[in-house]
Amino acid sequence: MTTVVDRPAVPAAGPTPPSSDARAAARRTRLARMSFYVPSVLYLLLFFGYPITANVVMSFQDYTVTSFYDGDAPFNGFANYTAIFTDDLFGASLWHTVVFTFASLVAQFALGLALALYFRRRFPLGSVLRALLLLPWLLPLLVSGTVFRWLLDQDYGVVNQVLLSLHLVSDPVPWLVSPDHAMAAVVIANVWIGVPFNMVILYGGLQSIPPQLYEAASLDGAGAWGKFRHITWPLLRPVSAVVLMLGLIYTVKAFDVVMVLTQGGPADATQLLSTWSYQLSFTNLQFGRGAAVSNVLIVIAMVFALVYLRAVRAEQSER
Amino acid sequence: MSTRIRAATAACAAFTLSASLGGCGLITAETPPNTLTVADYYTAEPGNTALTEILKTCGRATGVNVVREVMPRAQLVPKLLRDGAARTLPDLVLSDNPDLPKLASTGALLPLKGRTDTTGFYKSVLEAGTYNGELYGVAPGVNGLALFYDKAVFRKAGLEPPKTWKELRDSAAELTQTHRYGLALSAVGTEEGSWQYEPFLWGNGGELDGLGSKASVDSLTYWSGLFGDGSVSKSALNWQQSDVAEQFIGGHAAMMVNGSWQLAALDAEKGLDYGVVPLPVPERGDTPVTPLGGEVWAVPKGERQDKATEVLDCVLSPENMYDWARLRADVPARPDVAKRLVKRQPDLAPFIAGVPAARARTTELGTAYPAVSEALYTALHQSVTGTLSPARALKAAQRDARSAVDDH
Repeated sequence: MTTVVDRPAVPAAGPTPPSSDARAAARRTRLARMSFYVPSVLYLLLFFGYPITANVVMSFQDYTVTSFYDGDAPFNGFANYTAIFTDDLFGASLWHTVVFTFASLVAQFALGLALALYFRRRFPLGSVLRALLLLPWLLPLLVSGTVFRWLLDQDYGVVNQVLLSLHLVSDPVPWLVSPDHAMAAVVIANVWIGVPFNMVILYGGLQSIPPQLYEAASLDGAGAWGKFRHITWPLLRPVSAVVLMLGLIYTVKAFDVVMVLTQGGPADATQLLSTWSYQLSFTNLQFGRGAAVSNVLIVIAMVFALVYLRAVRAEQSER
Repeated sequence: MSTRIRAATAACAAFTLSASLGGCGLITAETPPNTLTVADYYTAEPGNTALTEILKTCGRATGVNVVREVMPRAQLVPKLLRDGAARTLPDLVLSDNPDLPKLASTGALLPLKGRTDTTGFYKSVLEAGTYNGELYGVAPGVNGLALFYDKAVFRKAGLEPPKTWKELRDSAAELTQTHRYGLALSAVGTEEGSWQYEPFLWGNGGELDGLGSKASVDSLTYWSGLFGDGSVSKSALNWQQSDVAEQFIGGHAAMMVNGSWQLAALDAEKGLDYGVVPLPVPERGDTPVTPLGGEVWAVPKGERQDKATEVLDCVLSPENMYDWARLRADVPARPDVAKRLVKRQPDLAPFIAGVPAARARTTELGTAYPAVSEALYTALHQSVTGTLSPARALKAAQRDARSAVDDH
């Protein structure tokens, strides 16, 4: 940093204390250094600190539509939290969030890894295909969600037509309209959306593995599985951790894909914490409760973020 | 125009001349001289053009420039709440009538009684704009639900359009074939689903504030029975009303429950010969009770409220009401105008017949309606998917509804 360069030489350990001049200069330097923090701190306070604080405050208030206009929202202690924790939907949507997140992550990662390994081999049009696979990622979620709504339609959806004509099922699958299938349907859509992200990051990770290792392994007589088991997998671990952790935080708060496909239905079978929070706030206009649910979501995401940060720190100190 | 604004405008003009574009847009947008803003969600035709036209006409008549701010339906209420907090509400709002109580409960809306002329309006229409005994919203046109049927299919089967629940169930079952369901309706997990079910609930004597009653349970038992028979596709749990219309147009349903606003789209389909009859009732001789649909105009309090009321008066004048209803295929809010319009659009007759007995969804529940509606459509889903029996689903819904009413 340029400001550090003109730091006056402070006398080494000596009996005389540093002159006031030197002290002032040191303070100035410190100030200059701190000032580099200011933009990012301001940004964080304004765009993260303020909304989160407001959300926490709101969750302890009886916040109604009237509150928006006259700004008057009486505090009601833990009433909102009591209300949501005693609601049957809390347990259900928490469980749905866990299932949705876990199933999406596992499938996205497995498919992403398989594709990344596949595209590591050079073949004609390989890079074109790889680029095409990024498309789901580029599409707005609303668009892909709507397309999946058509694909998965019980009566006229392509998916059921294909399954029926292959005689894999005897009756059309009620993908979006049966509580037993709806979760599978939203996971399928979400996996399709998430695979490209996993593939790209894992592909990048694969590129950084030195090819000499594989050559050496071949000389030692390792097969394809052996190479994967003893070279690819361990060397890809740091990247995998990043992908899974980012995917987790991203999936825990997933909202739009469910909103487009099932609106949390049928019969709340796909109600996640995120969609429930939205519904409480913007359909039922119980803003305090909506805020309480989203705070629960924030805490969950934060726990995993901390785990991630610790993992990264451990990783760095190992190096 | 105040001198200050004029000075600002002049300064702006000078600035604009010398420096092409500048910050003047901001100044003029804050205090638009002689301009009124309208917030609405008429993104689709024919409402979009109809609204622009009528505002142009009424702007000219009252000497103001009216600017529309159009957004998707789901964003209107959140936007208005935000605007209310920032004290930058538009001068006129066109909102869905069940949303009106929430807006009125904030205290931001101007009571319209005595400020705008509503003599000769249907009583039910005015009720839909009333909150706590005070009129806050007026609709130039309203809509309701009726039964659409495919004339060719009925002719071939030698059937008459059903009048009672039993006839509806029987003909729906009879007309269901490989690629065609007997009936299509919307049971989607939003307000649309509740609104489509309400005629069945009310028609049987059930009430939104008494979902656990025998009349309510019987109506849900009947209604889910239509799915159980296989006469209605379970996909209806995910269909909005526009999807329902597509199913009907595509020949995948012999009948559908839908609203008058679909008439224009249906008429545009060549080769579709359809008829419209009032919704079937439980017993011969009962009166169908449909929920009252449509958007109401409301005027937020503010400096320009008088001018806004003047524009509203113009929109509600019989002539403009006629044009509006004709373009939108709405039922005019005044019986005399409706009588005139039905001569030109005979298909509107079943909808017009339903308006006097139509009920506003928020009359009893006010701001608690959205939460009750959510409890209701959840019960619909539970019952159709077999998660819970109609009785148990409605009992749970009644419990949720009760706690929502207590909260509000």
